Amino acid sequence: MNIHEYQGKEILRKYGVAVPNGHVAYTVEEAVEAAKHLGTKVSVVKAQIHAGGRGKAGGVKVAKNLDEVRTYADEILGKTLVTHQTGPEGKEVKRLLIEEGCDIKQEYYVGLVLDRATSRVTMMASEEGGTEIEEVAENNPEKIFKEVIDPVVGLTAFQARRLAFNINLPKEYLSKAVKFMLGLYQAFVEKDCSIAEINPLVTTGDGEVIALDAKLNFDDNSLFRQKDISEYRDLDEEDTKEIEASKYDLSYVALDGNIGCMVNGAGLAMSTMDIIKHSGGDPANFLDVGGGATAEKVTEAFKIILSDKNVKGIFVNIFGGIMKCDVIAEGVVEATKQVGLEMPLVVRLEGTNVDLGKKILAESGLNITAAESMADGAEKIVSLVK
Amino acid sequence: MSVYINKDTKVIVQGITGSTALFHTKQMLEYGTKIVGGVTPKKGGTEVEGVPVFDTVKDAVDSTGASASVIYVPAPFAADAIMEAVDAELDLAICITEHIPVLDMVKVKRYMEGKKTRLVGPNCPGVITPDECKIGIMPGYIHKKGHVGVVSRSGTLTYEAVHQLSEQGFGQSTAVGIGGDPVNGTDFIDVLKAFNEDPDTEAVMMIGEIGGTAEEEAAEWVKQNMTKPVVGFIGGRTAPPGKRMGHAGAIISGGKGTAEEKIKVMNNCGIEVADTPAVMGKTLIGVLKEKGLHDKCKTH
Repeated sequence: MNIHEYQGKEILRKYGVAVPNGHVAYTVEEAVEAAKHLGTKVSVVKAQIHAGGRGKAGGVKVAKNLDEVRTYADEILGKTLVTHQTGPEGKEVKRLLIEEGCDIKQEYYVGLVLDRATSRVTMMASEEGGTEIEEVAENNPEKIFKEVIDPVVGLTAFQARRLAFNINLPKEYLSKAVKFMLGLYQAFVEKDCSIAEINPLVTTGDGEVIALDAKLNFDDNSLFRQKDISEYRDLDEEDTKEIEASKYDLSYVALDGNIGCMVNGAGLAMSTMDIIKHSGGDPANFLDVGGGATAEKVTEAFKIILSDKNVKGIFVNIFGGIMKCDVIAEGVVEATKQVGLEMPLVVRLEGTNVDLGKKILAESGLNITAAESMADGAEKIVSLVK
Repeated sequence: MSVYINKDTKVIVQGITGSTALFHTKQMLEYGTKIVGGVTPKKGGTEVEGVPVFDTVKDAVDSTGASASVIYVPAPFAADAIMEAVDAELDLAICITEHIPVLDMVKVKRYMEGKKTRLVGPNCPGVITPDECKIGIMPGYIHKKGHVGVVSRSGTLTYEAVHQLSEQGFGQSTAVGIGGDPVNGTDFIDVLKAFNEDPDTEAVMMIGEIGGTAEEEAAEWVKQNMTKPVVGFIGGRTAPPGKRMGHAGAIISGGKGTAEEKIKVMNNCGIEVADTPAVMGKTLIGVLKEKGLHDKCKTH
């Protein structure tokens, strides 16, 4: 799960990680009020969307007085920002963060991620702040320093010091940098983060070490024990079909194509997209109905696929193991009865209760094309949609 | 011979009184798996499906002599269940449970250091040695006894591969699902090593997907050490970057973990990779012919 920058900073503040003072604003008036309240000479107007690259897209402006705050807030609120992370359609700005400006001396990078190879959380730091870490890894990999963290003792002070020395942080900032890194790690593990990225972390003229930006992502599997994090969810930032799918515990990802897919199992669902592409078509979505789906769940899955206006045909690909083919068949029949079906539907069933499933579909009187295999199904739906 | 489990493996079921566990306990018993006990705290002394239930894993192991455990415990409690199996010094713990918090698994892995238990999973379909022992949730009937080892990060995709092999007359020695999570107990290399040493395995089908670099590392290992042919498949060629595709571990992040990169490395290491999931079986059979193993592996 992603959250906004201002929400991330709220969390970090509780862990003693220094962040600039700031307030969230939903309107121009609130933005001006927030700036008044801060009372600083310079304030920064920052677009809050779940994507990076906001600065380059014109979503971050430095205001020297209240009039400028008003002008920039008016300009950015409601604007659709297109960055390298939003996709070409961009994202509309509905919230702003109004923050105090600070006297930046130097920019750095500090981040925490899970290192899959060691099964440990790893802190990374670099003196190349403000640049994307992937870019640094590509061009100057020697400038990225890593500390692998033992989950029993957590990040140690000596590891934090070592990182600070490695990125050439001036000595006068050392103790504040160590406090910063230890707090960041604490927030990461206590809040079940999957990524915590501070880019840039800055040193300031008045001797502070501050998170100028904060990107926190959370492990969806931990939300059951992180109720306060769940409350940060911003549905405006998510695809409406993905929101609907999450209500029914369906794993759905919207794509650009026109062939809707319904599959059981994540690996098979991904491979079904691949084989559609291989056969000359374009998948409209990834959809895993899971192992224990009921006819009702299948019906909901069908409705979500059909709510995508780009969809011109549907391919159902099921390898019943635990999931029984007759349950899928019943769901498909029920869904088409409820929502109607005016486009080609190809169904491939294999596995547990396959004959019963095929019989249900055949007797339904619906216009369903049966496929003998995954490849056969992909070819059929692609030719029917063309 | 086979890998990890065989007809003599005695198995306990952790979380046996839950509905999913009960269903699969029945299925495993029908398949012929030696399920000798179950564990559900506070239900010790009772019996389900003719199987005695214990309060703790230690009790179950002491009473039954089980060497393996299969875990169906719900995600919030699954990490604890794995550690309990490790503490009871089982040889093998197979965790089916999906959606375990990743930081829980980081702790579990640390806890397991220096201990004897092998963990398979979590978020996996389990392990099956056809006609001998099925531990997990896979449909037993698609598997046939034979000489092809299968190792995979995905459940249904494994069934697809096994089905293709069985249909064309090529049985399997053992099929191991290592699971779709970013932190897991057994990785590709562990299973490849086991298949390499197993006299009954002649060739291996390795099924990966986007995310992480486990396939690349396995491919390098194959190049250096494997004496048997390995054929691969990678799911997710069309997956968009930055999106989690169902499995917690299936995500392309920072341009890393793409299918293209994995396929390239695998090809460079001498692993032929099936173009589509529909030709996984066919690709393997082609390689068996090339290596003169076709007749040896044709079982039915």
